[in-house]
Amino acid sequence: MRLSPFNPRTSELCEPYNWSLWQNWLLADMYAPDHIQEYYAIRSACGVFDMSPIPKYHIHGPDAVRYLDRIVTQDVSRCAVGQVLYTAWCDDEGKIMDDGILFRLGEESFRLTTGDPWLFWLEDNTANLNVVIEDVTDLGTLALQGPFSRDLLKTLSKADLDNLRYFHMIEAELAGIPVEISRTGYTGDLGYEIWVQPHQAVPLWDAIFEAGQDYSLVPFGDYALEMARIEAGLLLIDADFYSSKRVVHDFEKSSPLELGIGWAVKMNKDYFIGQKALKAELARGLAWETVGLEIDLNSLEAVYAEFGMPLYLPYEAWMEAVPVYSDGQQIGKATSGTWSPVLKKYIAIARLRPQFTSPGTRVNMEVTIDAQRKQTQATVVKMPFFNPSRKTSLGKV
Amino acid sequence: MNAKNKKYDAIVIGGGHNGLTAAAYLAKAGKQVLVLERRHLLGGAAVTEELYPGFKYTVYSYVVSLLPPQIIRELELPKHGLHIMPLEGSFTPMEDGNYFANYPDEDDTLDEVRRHSRRDAAIYPVFSNMMYDLAQAVKPILSMVPPDPANPGLSGLKTLSAFGSHFKSLGKEKFYWLTKVMTMSAYDFLSEWFETDVLIATIAQVGIIGTFLGPKSPGTAYVLLHYYLGELDGATSSWGIQKGGTGGVSEAIASAARSYGAEIRCNAPVEQVIVKNGQAVGVVLENGDEIYAKTIISGCDPKVTFRKFVEEKDLPSDLVEAIDNFKFRGSSGKVNLALDALPDFPAMQDKALIRAMQEICPSVDYLEKAYDDAKYGSFSKRPLLGCVIPSAVDPTMAPPGKHVMSIFVQYASYDMPAHGNRDQQRDAFGKAVIDTLEEFSPNIRDLILHKQVITPWDIEKVVGITEGNISHGELMIDQLFFMRPAPGYSKYRTPIRNYYQCGSGTHPGGGIMGTPGRLAAAEILKDGN
Amino acid sequence: MSEKNKKYDVIIVGGGHNGLVAAGYLAKAGQSVLVLEKRDMLGGATITEEFVPGFKFSSLANDAGSLSPEVATDLKLHNHGFNIIPTNPLINSLLPDGNHLRIWQDTEKTVEEIAKFSKADAEAYPKFVERMQKVSGIVAKMNEIVPPDLPDLAFFDIKELSALLSPSLNLGWRHIAQVIRLLPMSVSDLLNEWFESDTVKGAIAASAILNTTFGPQEINSTAYTFLQNWSVSNTGLFRSSGQVKGGVGALSEALAKSAQSFGATIMTGAAVAKINISADSVRGVILASGEEILAKAVISATDMRTTFLKLVDPYYLEAKFIKHVKNIKYQGTMARVHLALERLPTFSGMDGDVSEYLSGHIQVSPSVEYIQRASDRIKYGEYSEKPYLDMQIPTLADPSLAPDGKHILSVTVKYMPYKLRDGNWDDLREEIGKLVIDTLSEYAPDLRECVQEQKIITPLEMESVYALPEGSPVHGDMALNQFLWMRPMPGHAQYRGPFEGLYMCSVATHPGCGVTGISGRNAARQLLGDQ
Repeated sequence: MRLSPFNPRTSELCEPYNWSLWQNWLLADMYAPDHIQEYYAIRSACGVFDMSPIPKYHIHGPDAVRYLDRIVTQDVSRCAVGQVLYTAWCDDEGKIMDDGILFRLGEESFRLTTGDPWLFWLEDNTANLNVVIEDVTDLGTLALQGPFSRDLLKTLSKADLDNLRYFHMIEAELAGIPVEISRTGYTGDLGYEIWVQPHQAVPLWDAIFEAGQDYSLVPFGDYALEMARIEAGLLLIDADFYSSKRVVHDFEKSSPLELGIGWAVKMNKDYFIGQKALKAELARGLAWETVGLEIDLNSLEAVYAEFGMPLYLPYEAWMEAVPVYSDGQQIGKATSGTWSPVLKKYIAIARLRPQFTSPGTRVNMEVTIDAQRKQTQATVVKMPFFNPSRKTSLGKV
Repeated sequence: MNAKNKKYDAIVIGGGHNGLTAAAYLAKAGKQVLVLERRHLLGGAAVTEELYPGFKYTVYSYVVSLLPPQIIRELELPKHGLHIMPLEGSFTPMEDGNYFANYPDEDDTLDEVRRHSRRDAAIYPVFSNMMYDLAQAVKPILSMVPPDPANPGLSGLKTLSAFGSHFKSLGKEKFYWLTKVMTMSAYDFLSEWFETDVLIATIAQVGIIGTFLGPKSPGTAYVLLHYYLGELDGATSSWGIQKGGTGGVSEAIASAARSYGAEIRCNAPVEQVIVKNGQAVGVVLENGDEIYAKTIISGCDPKVTFRKFVEEKDLPSDLVEAIDNFKFRGSSGKVNLALDALPDFPAMQDKALIRAMQEICPSVDYLEKAYDDAKYGSFSKRPLLGCVIPSAVDPTMAPPGKHVMSIFVQYASYDMPAHGNRDQQRDAFGKAVIDTLEEFSPNIRDLILHKQVITPWDIEKVVGITEGNISHGELMIDQLFFMRPAPGYSKYRTPIRNYYQCGSGTHPGGGIMGTPGRLAAAEILKDGN
Repeated sequence: MSEKNKKYDVIIVGGGHNGLVAAGYLAKAGQSVLVLEKRDMLGGATITEEFVPGFKFSSLANDAGSLSPEVATDLKLHNHGFNIIPTNPLINSLLPDGNHLRIWQDTEKTVEEIAKFSKADAEAYPKFVERMQKVSGIVAKMNEIVPPDLPDLAFFDIKELSALLSPSLNLGWRHIAQVIRLLPMSVSDLLNEWFESDTVKGAIAASAILNTTFGPQEINSTAYTFLQNWSVSNTGLFRSSGQVKGGVGALSEALAKSAQSFGATIMTGAAVAKINISADSVRGVILASGEEILAKAVISATDMRTTFLKLVDPYYLEAKFIKHVKNIKYQGTMARVHLALERLPTFSGMDGDVSEYLSGHIQVSPSVEYIQRASDRIKYGEYSEKPYLDMQIPTLADPSLAPDGKHILSVTVKYMPYKLRDGNWDDLREEIGKLVIDTLSEYAPDLRECVQEQKIITPLEMESVYALPEGSPVHGDMALNQFLWMRPMPGHAQYRGPFEGLYMCSVATHPGCGVTGISGRNAARQLLGDQ
């Protein structure tokens, strides 16, 4: 079992002792007896999530740009210093291995965060380029997310946070502690991720929580995060897709195009691993597309009524795939779903055959009650489900 | 019962687990079956004996994992006493006081790998995934009656063709990796993935078990696949031990066979198979009794099956030549200890690992040196030791608070030097084992209440397996599939009509697997016998 | 120079024997061909060099007995000065007791000789030869083919399989099954099936280990190399006999002359810096001088690592392709020691004409165990202190190679690992020379006094001077994991590279195995067939 550098604080705060293991890191599912309050903090005030366990790699050297352009699907040469990219990377067959966030720290210096650890892949694919790859997973990382996160940070730092654009980063000091702050997050809200050397993790936590008292800051765990990321239409590895290197069967693999992240695949750049296969896939036409589903609550209510039950809504996100049908034929699967408390909608992320993916298409999603398979109606919608303007807007100047 | 006058449908020679499996399947199909076992107890190399009061030794064998769920299901073995408990991974102490552990939980193992190398931790799940995949690709072959490319015939062509399309369905990359795993050394194969020496050593030792090959000898990567084929409750690559000792597995199969009506006789050594007009009709026991049956099945090794039980004149010369060239080369021995208490391994930080296998294979060089020591006809001065303490998991194995330790030892050449008598050599061999173990567990010597040392020639003498190879012949490519035991004679039949073979010397080979027995029974029934 | 404007049909990178063979076949077929060789002399590892004035040494390869007769005929090599001098005995195995075991090209003569060591073995030998000739005949058929990518074949689809094996089918399925059984064995096990005498087995087994890392007891490698060497041998036996008149370099010269006679252009001192690829097809090459030469096709006669990780920009290669290239096992394990001798040393135990003992291959391989023990050290990154030696005194059959009355003794020393765990070969150079002379002095006590000068080629120099990667004379170990559809790497066994117009023809490709010319010929045919 591995412990985050913030563990001295998180372990004190996690009242219900509701932990789970993520890649053997101890991760709080929720800090309060009910995660809904944590969810509301993300959408109405601000919350902190300890995301230190995610694998991180520092990639630097004269050929870093050209190297990364070979590895990832985004166009790294067009990423300015201080800019951040969401990207995927593929195997030779164009199947997604993982996705993550790429930070351009300097002209020749990048940080890549990933879902699974990929040190061997990064090392084995340097193609003789002059580049150094270091595992810096030990860095402490906090996600400070929510409408008041900027206001909170401004009390701790002189940095020009108002002008820090979405998917950009700066170096700064927070309460005198050197950190990097990126305007990124996995919640689809206004938010920041703060990167700190592990030995300064606890002082940073303390400083943020002291300042946070004025902004109703709470720590939030994985349950709240999952609800937020589904609302934001963000995919999760091992739920919405699997890494091609960790599954056996072809049907378990997907391409980034099928996953709806084709916008992060820059097909026309010089070269990247999987490019040829993805071009061929485009030419052939996609087998799957990823869309949002809004479950028709009247229909669902009727299903429960058959059992004499009131409408039940998932206040905790689910991530076990369920079949989606059209006219009795299975046309795909919903891979994760949740009740959205802010939208007052039951939403899900689904991978369907392309002829069923135009917005407004009516489909049926399976619901199981008392081990009996039922279907509820649902409507195809575009993702993200929740996309407030504050997510990307600049601060008041 | 007066067996002398009774006419059986089938006689199985040898009450090892494969003979018993064949007997059970035949009896289940309604045949009158008689099993004849030379010794006073059943199980062949898979037996449990109480050689020191209160302490049960799994004398020759070690752990269980290859018994296919199919056999467990079809013979209803749990009902007959099969009770396999998983082991908590493995523990490899290193010479510098560090260690490497393998846990049942993959994430725990990854943390442990990460302690040694971040790169290896990242690649480990990808490697396991591939090995699992390759093992699944090989699995159908293990439960298939091998075709004979030398003389395919129509049905053979069909099997070959099915075999071919199976491989074709694997996809190219997998096929290439399969080629590699079938041909390379465990070390070369693993080095393409990992950089941590102790990790490579711990995986590679699986590849050399039961062979007379070192981790850098080509051919050892294949044996690794067997590890990924091991199946307990659907969880692959786990090992377990049978409650009450490995003999319990044999007893469960025997009990199943009896429940279907098979008759099993111990202390009934067979001298010869009676062949009349090229047809097997019965057996002669060492005491001169003759017993007749329509079908005779040998569960013994190929040498005993073809060169002892029957006469050369009844066999074609190519088979005689092939059997004489069949490579047995027993390479391992056993040391069984009765212990006053649990031994202490100073490197073992997580004490739960005492329930795991303790592997003395601290580095690749260590294993390779052990091989070099032994390969010119001796035993390793510092051998590979695979230790299990069954009593740490199963209290019925020893009196309360006391323990038994079952130590698999490799390498011990069957051709140990002729000078000196065998008792002295056995003692020297046992001493090397304890001296080596003591390096990693300093208090072991003081805890020993009783010690049993078994060399390959002891196995040959007592169990009757040629050159003491418990797999009935090396698992090397030229002795696998349609070449096991000999090209043209791999389909469990023999050139003598109604004489069959079902031991580990037939496809798919050794390990407590039962598949040869099952496949042989199916072929016998197919022939209408 | 007009090359600047000219676009060739084919550029061949590397003027080793396979590159020259390919050039010959392509030029003969009317292609405009340019061969670019980095060194000032042609031949790669098939060369003769005058390390000591007046002494012409065959630096690495010392024998052309495995050259495909078809290649020699097609390229009319005999018109260009290529001649093989018959030598006998085939092998003389020196024994510690001063005795000799000679294997002659003539089976009956060999039987007589073996009878001195074992009657049973003498009796077995002719049967052994007969059986193995059949088996190696099947291997010889496999050498000739362009290996199919097995996963592409409807594997064991009997029709296709039969087509593949049809040349061998008349030998019968049983022989094919025998090949399948024998290939994965060790040469030691194979010989144990026939012989009892350690001396006999040692003398025969040694021929299996010339092109492999492994010792004779290792499976999945040494029976295969044994049979493969047999399959390309010009003697009908396990070892070829092919001393070339004037030194083995004369073969390269003949190949070059032949190619030129068909119109090929050959440039030496022309190091290629890059193979230029654009839009997934080959464009030409860029020389170290910066000059670009265009071509419709490029054949690399260099090893795979040089080709794909240096000459080609690996940036555009698939991840799995790079992994397969990096995974090629080279593991060179030999060094060469050349001695310029004032006079012939006196080997003990010889009666009568010394050339009856010394004109063929001379081996220090008294038993299989001796060779195996010599190989054991490499597993720990150490070299053998009791090495296996394979020697020739070419001056006995061809006195023109040395000044009057003087001789050459060329020794292949195994096992000398390219990768040493401690120390480096530059420091150990003299040690190897001493080791060889010490070892040989046991058989020829006055050797030391005869030595005028010595030239040592370490495993490191085999790479740095002769471009043999990691000192591997066959650009990648000969073993079953690098065989047929796995050679030079999986997915590319058909001599075609991963880009259009790029081909490979070095000994790294099928069938590997020394100076055969088959790779060069097969690659040329493949290229012509693709047009």
